[in-house]
Amino acid sequence: MLHYANPQHFLSLARRLTPWLLGAALLLLAVGVYLALFVAPPDYQQGEASRIMYVHVPAAWMSMFVYGCMAAASVAAFVFKHPLGDVAAKAAAPAGAVFTALALVTGMLWGKPMWGAWWVWDARLTSVLILFFLYIAYIALWDAIEEPARAARMARILCLVGAVNIPIIHFSVDWWNTLHQGSTVFRMDGPKMPVSMLTPLLIMAIAYTVLFAGLLLVRMRTEILARRLRTLRLNLEGAPA
Amino acid sequence: MRAFAALLRRDIVLSFRSGGGAGLGAGFFVLIIVLAPLGLGPEQSLLQSAAPGLIWIAALLATLLGLERVIEPDLQDGTLDLLRLSSLPLELVVLAKVVAHWLTNGLVICLLAPLVAPILFLKPQALWVLALSLLLGTPGLSFIGTAGAALSAGVRRGGMLLALIVLPLNIPALIFGASAVSAIQRGGDPTQALLLLAALSLIAAVIASLAGAAALRLNED
Amino acid sequence: MRVAAENVGCVRGDRLVFRGLNFDVESGQALLLTGPNGSGKTTLLRVIAGLLAATIGRLRFLNDDRSALSDEAHDQALHFVSHGDAVRSALSVKETLRFHADVLGAEGARVAGAMKEWGIDRLNDQPGALLSAGQRRRVSLARLSLQLRPLWLLDEPLVALDRNARARLHDCCAQHRARGGLIVAASHEPFLEDAKMLDLGSHA
Repeated sequence: MLHYANPQHFLSLARRLTPWLLGAALLLLAVGVYLALFVAPPDYQQGEASRIMYVHVPAAWMSMFVYGCMAAASVAAFVFKHPLGDVAAKAAAPAGAVFTALALVTGMLWGKPMWGAWWVWDARLTSVLILFFLYIAYIALWDAIEEPARAARMARILCLVGAVNIPIIHFSVDWWNTLHQGSTVFRMDGPKMPVSMLTPLLIMAIAYTVLFAGLLLVRMRTEILARRLRTLRLNLEGAPA
Repeated sequence: MRAFAALLRRDIVLSFRSGGGAGLGAGFFVLIIVLAPLGLGPEQSLLQSAAPGLIWIAALLATLLGLERVIEPDLQDGTLDLLRLSSLPLELVVLAKVVAHWLTNGLVICLLAPLVAPILFLKPQALWVLALSLLLGTPGLSFIGTAGAALSAGVRRGGMLLALIVLPLNIPALIFGASAVSAIQRGGDPTQALLLLAALSLIAAVIASLAGAAALRLNED
Repeated sequence: MRVAAENVGCVRGDRLVFRGLNFDVESGQALLLTGPNGSGKTTLLRVIAGLLAATIGRLRFLNDDRSALSDEAHDQALHFVSHGDAVRSALSVKETLRFHADVLGAEGARVAGAMKEWGIDRLNDQPGALLSAGQRRRVSLARLSLQLRPLWLLDEPLVALDRNARARLHDCCAQHRARGGLIVAASHEPFLEDAKMLDLGSHA
């Protein structure tokens, strides 16, 4: 493991792994989508519209999972002072934001036939929306600070503050929701789901995760190389003529 | 402790003397509340039910106003270097900044809110809950805000970034604060919301002191 | 006290600012940092002040008995006069220096003396907004007189100073060294007598 903490070793490993990961992700997505659209039965209550679930639910999972990865990477960067931690967290953020946006959009698409409205202040959707804001703030902080090393240190702190706050936000939104709505309009019965529905859901979740891993490696490589380029250019400019 | 008191005193004096301080936040707070009926219409029942949320949103935005001046000028003019080299731990530097910001901003809002709330027809029995909820909640807003100010200090477009960082983190305070006031207005019990609000401010104090001090320490290193 | 650098180098924002710096300054001595703009004079002063970490190499701070200073003792042993003059436009000169004295842990009674020494006693209640650049500079140099501390770090102290103030600074530095103090200063002008020189331009 320590071996790959060296950026050079990491780069070569990432280069070799990326095509496999992206290929596997495509394959899994194809299988998952096929099972979801053609094999899984339509929900007896919601009909065909329930198939949005296979896109929506894994995206919602990923929105949390990616933030968890970012927090773990930030902790690693704090504790071991290793630049790869910052690079990983930075590279993961846009992917996380996209998964979160996907969860929101598919949630809205699902909401239209379910609730008859594009947006309902459902606890889960609201939490995901706030999570999206946290992603945006994190990305904006990276973007606003010109010097990468300083941006990395500030972003670490923000990421961890966000990580501590996410459970609090979830709790407060749930609390607020039960206060105002009484009962939840829609509840997904996870364990009671038939295997024919659960299988495509799990395959899609794995596909998303593998896709995320592949994209993460691509973005980390780009980030490392971009930083090197920047260093080279700066030192070239800074060198006495 | 002498350095702590000196910093606290100086920040309070500065916020009273220079723009962007005490009066501005209070004025902004009152202005939003006065604007609400103009936007929503003068209907009493509508304003009455919207009042808790409106007042809390106004407090949230008014708190945001002075934050840009909490850390940024000290970073620019070298005062932060002096503070980092002093014997005062940076956690206490953050605390002094938070207390100064709260005294000149949050506390003023707490005192003003019961006076302007009748504009929105807030029920009289809800006034003390409103004041109490703000008293419990605004310190948390100052803590989170100051940590955000430390994170965004020295950044171009810092004010925008500050709002982006701070507002989502303050959503729980908004929820519990507005709920407490709504509850008493509708004849319910505000105790639970108020307790949660107090807990929130305590958590914010711990997180923000650590994060703010880390941000000041690592801003340049 | 003694400050010694061994092979110190610093990378800022992915740019190598300087490397391979070696120097040794003891009580009574002064080190003058020279070099073109951007050669890292300010960076080095901030590293010595402990505000920035050196990327490589080692800085040692030793007591007179050759024991190393703790981090806390290090912070208490130095005055840092940087480009930022820490003068806020809404505070009067006296208020500013009182605040500085409190932060430094200096006796409040010394404020009046320091103001007199730097020729700003007539500006007592003048708000920072009305001070000229040279006057602001004097206010931040007056910090040096608030408390006796062995190590002075001065970043371009002559900027904006008139002839009187330059003479004042010159005398102060000489006095400080006679007391056994150390000075590390960045300047384009050789204002310190028989100071060691360090040209940062040649260490990129």
